[in-house]
Amino acid sequence: MRNLFKIAIRNLIRYKRRTLLTASLITIGVVFVLVFVSISGSFKAMITGQITDSMMGHLQLHRKGYVASIDNLPLNLNMKQAAYQKIAQILRSNKHVETFSPRLKFGGMFSNFTETTNIRLNGIDPEAEFKTAPLFPSRIMEGKPTLARGEILIPALLAKGMKVKPGDPVVVVATNADGSVNGKQFIVSGILESATGPGGRDGYVHIEDAAEVLRMTETEVSEVAVRLKDFSQLAAVVRQLKGTVMEEVNKQGQPMFEVHSWEDLSPFFNIARMIDVMTFFIRIMLIAIVIISIMNVMIMAVYERIREIGTIAAIGTLPGKIRSMFIIEGFCMGVVGAIIGVLIGILIIGIVNLIGISFDFGQQKGLLLTAKLSFFDLLFVPVIVIVVAVAASLQPAIKASKMEPIEALRHV
Amino acid sequence: MALITAVNIYKDYQTEDVIVHALQGLDFEIDPASFVSFVGPSGSGKTTLLNLIGCLDKPSTGKLTVAGFDVAPLSRKESAAFRGKNLGFIFQDFNMIPVLTVYENIEYPLIMVQNIEPSERRERIVKMLDAVGMADQRNKYPQQISGGQKQRVAIARALVTNPVLVLADEPTANLDSQTAYTVIGLMKKMRDELGTTFIFSTHDTKIVGEAEVIYRLVDGELAGKEVKGGSAHA
Ligand SMILES: Nc1ncnc2c1ncn2[C@@H]1O[C@H](COP(=O)(O)OP(=O)(O)OP(=O)(O)O)[C@@H](O)[C@H]1O
Ligand SMILES: [Mg+2]
Repeated sequence: MRNLFKIAIRNLIRYKRRTLLTASLITIGVVFVLVFVSISGSFKAMITGQITDSMMGHLQLHRKGYVASIDNLPLNLNMKQAAYQKIAQILRSNKHVETFSPRLKFGGMFSNFTETTNIRLNGIDPEAEFKTAPLFPSRIMEGKPTLARGEILIPALLAKGMKVKPGDPVVVVATNADGSVNGKQFIVSGILESATGPGGRDGYVHIEDAAEVLRMTETEVSEVAVRLKDFSQLAAVVRQLKGTVMEEVNKQGQPMFEVHSWEDLSPFFNIARMIDVMTFFIRIMLIAIVIISIMNVMIMAVYERIREIGTIAAIGTLPGKIRSMFIIEGFCMGVVGAIIGVLIGILIIGIVNLIGISFDFGQQKGLLLTAKLSFFDLLFVPVIVIVVAVAASLQPAIKASKMEPIEALRHV
Repeated sequence: MALITAVNIYKDYQTEDVIVHALQGLDFEIDPASFVSFVGPSGSGKTTLLNLIGCLDKPSTGKLTVAGFDVAPLSRKESAAFRGKNLGFIFQDFNMIPVLTVYENIEYPLIMVQNIEPSERRERIVKMLDAVGMADQRNKYPQQISGGQKQRVAIARALVTNPVLVLADEPTANLDSQTAYTVIGLMKKMRDELGTTFIFSTHDTKIVGEAEVIYRLVDGELAGKEVKGGSAHA
């Protein structure tokens, strides 16, 4: 085995320029994939984190049909307290769930005593909400990062348009489920930065205040946002919750609740999917580069060395050894290309992080991207490259091993 | 017992339009430790015959026994194993492995064909390098030595596995006559020392005189046999 490697490596060195060219082609491919995968993956993770942690939570539960008409915030599709307690019970007993936050959503009129406009509001339990969306407090640009009873957080665009600032008194008027109108005065406690996605331009009040404005005898809940302990478990937990939650049926035997992950609710998910598709095609391209370059070189190598193959076959080298000799050449090129590619890739990603790529996402300015490489990619990309390199050498190597010695020796 | 027995050997080549009768009914026996040459004009069938004896090809009809083996039924892999174990080859174009040094070229069959352990390997190679007078060139690569030197290395490579028979198709065709004589002389010396049978082909009527048994081939038929220092009979 050692000698097969010795001969293979010497042959690679014999055709130095060609070997170098092929190996660097593979290197470039690996670098490209790693850098792209790392930057796009980190971008995706970061934006996803922004969306889930500043507003949406990882997944949400509603009464059946709520999401379909979420634009008009229908009060008649809220969960009653008993239904919410059922959900809370399910969530508390799920070991993947870290925390959750009930929200009472409603639309109303917002007045600064001189002008009036419409507003969408979330009644929240601040403690639960801040745990479920840990980046939420960071969205409060002015004022204090808390929310007490009688206070309101209003979105930045509304604050600007209505010329209100923290400490100002405002009035919220809303129509309740029975159709009667009620109003309540709030003190602006803070201005909220807008976020991308549904609910990104909503205001926030305490859930008890919301129930009071809506004259509810018991506090109803429109939406329950859930944060998981491990985000990577999202798909599994959604599946699991759908199973449990669907068992809760009403008198007509229809499911009472619906479960949506952030992916179902945020338009950014399509961009994330697009990134995944691009990553996939770039990986395919790398595989194609490796196949074509290695196969090309190995076909040439076999052709150039026909007489040599004839010689070693004549003196009794078994076909399997001849085959291995050429496969090892392809393998070595793959290994060298992949390892150098990984090293350069890590270097470039390091430089990218040193320089710092900053970008704006919606209203969020100057987000700093930290490109990370998953251990999986660091291991998987070179392994795939090497496996493909070996596979690409297979056909030429088999051809070499099947040559008849006398014909190979006669070859000029 | 004879080392090689050929009984009524025919070899035809099927080309696109015609059948070439390269060998037409050969009968001969070759004794162990003999120094044999097949001589004949171009196209007379020398290479064809040596390929058959060397288990690189099979006769169309007839029975060929080499070192006690009927070689016709051997599979591709079995033939390769047989060659590796029993035969040595010397080629007209030397056929060194260009990426290996002189030493490593001789070492090649001991590692890749037979499986000889390192200490014995070293011993055998050093002995061979001395015997062919290439000890001081052992670390050179083939392109750094002359044709005559390459053929010495080839002799060492053919003999290092202790074969019973070494086949050399036109081993001197690419050498000047002075060097040709030295190479044939070296082959004979090795036969004397090791008792290995050598069969070489040539169309050079002068060099053939170095052989002890000479077979003349004409148009694929044996036209004569000459034994040096003994009786000549057809
Ligand atoms: N593979 C082949 N296909 C068809 N015909 C062949 C083949 N090999 C040899 N021949 C023919 O068989 C005959 C004998 O050829 P061979 O090569 O054995 O002659 P040779 O004595 O070695 O000649 P030379 O001195 O030129 O090497 C020739 O007529 C040749 O054309
Ligand atoms: Mg010939």
